[in-house]
Amino acid sequence: MKFAIQVNEGPYQHQAADSAYFFAKAALEKGHEIFRVFFYHDGVNNSTRLTTPPQDDRNVVERWAELAEQHDLDMVVCVAAAQRRGVVDEGEAQRNGKDATNIHTRFRISGLGQLVEAAIQSDRLVVFGD
Amino acid sequence: MSETIKNFLYLNRKAPYGTIYAWESLEVVLIGAAFDQDVSLAFVDDGVFQLTKGQDTAAVGMKNFSPTYAALGDYEVKKIFVEKESLEERGLSLDDLQHLTWEDEDDDWAEKDSIHLVTRAEMAAIMDGADVVFSF
Repeated sequence: MKFAIQVNEGPYQHQAADSAYFFAKAALEKGHEIFRVFFYHDGVNNSTRLTTPPQDDRNVVERWAELAEQHDLDMVVCVAAAQRRGVVDEGEAQRNGKDATNIHTRFRISGLGQLVEAAIQSDRLVVFGD
Repeated sequence: MSETIKNFLYLNRKAPYGTIYAWESLEVVLIGAAFDQDVSLAFVDDGVFQLTKGQDTAAVGMKNFSPTYAALGDYEVKKIFVEKESLEERGLSLDDLQHLTWEDEDDDWAEKDSIHLVTRAEMAAIMDGADVVFSF
C-alpha cells in the first residue's frame, strides 16, 4: 500500500512525533511504500538539525533522517508553518533576510500543495497529532 | 493538476484561537482548492466555534480569521457539515453561525446555503464516505 504521513506535533512534547516515525518504519519494513512524510503545525520542529537531546534519550530528528537515508524518503516541511516557527533553509534565509539556517539536509521546505498532492497520490493519508 | 478526483473531508475539531489548528486547517483548504477535488468541510466538537459570527480577537492580540470562511464559496467549497449535537452541547444553534453561501452557476448564480446541519450518525457516514480525512 502507498501511504502519505502527516505529522502535526513537535518532537519530545508529543508522542505523535514518535508514533509517526514508528508507523513509517514498520510500514517500510513490511514492504509498503511511503509517498511522502509531511510536517505541519508544530510538526515542522522535527526537522531542525540543532536539536540536542540528552545522551540517554532518542534523537527524533536524526532518527527521521536515518530512515530517510535508508529508504530515500521524501520529507517535506510546510513553508508557512516553518516560517512562523523559525525553521529555515538557505533559500528561506535569503528571501527573508535571516542570518542562519537550522533545517536538517534530509528535509526540504515546500508548500501545502505537497500535502494535498500526497493525499491524492496515496492509498491512505495517516495523520499523527491531537 | 491531477486526473484523480477524491472526496476530501477536512475535519475541524478545535476552537479557533486556543491553538493554531483551525487557522492552519483553513490554509490547507484554500491551497487545496487549486487541486479540483470534491471537497467537504466538517465541524464537530469545539470546532463548531470556528463558524460563530461576531468573533472579536482584539483582547487576545490574534488575527481574526473568521471572515475567511465567507470566502469559501468562491473557492468552490460548497459543502460544510456542522454536527447538530456538538452545537447543542455548547448551547449554540445555527443562528449563532455565519451565514455561508455559494453561487450555483447551473442555476443562474443563485445563492445557496453551504452549511448543512447533520446528526452525529450522519456525520459518521460522511466520514466513512470520504477518501481522505484531514483531521485538525
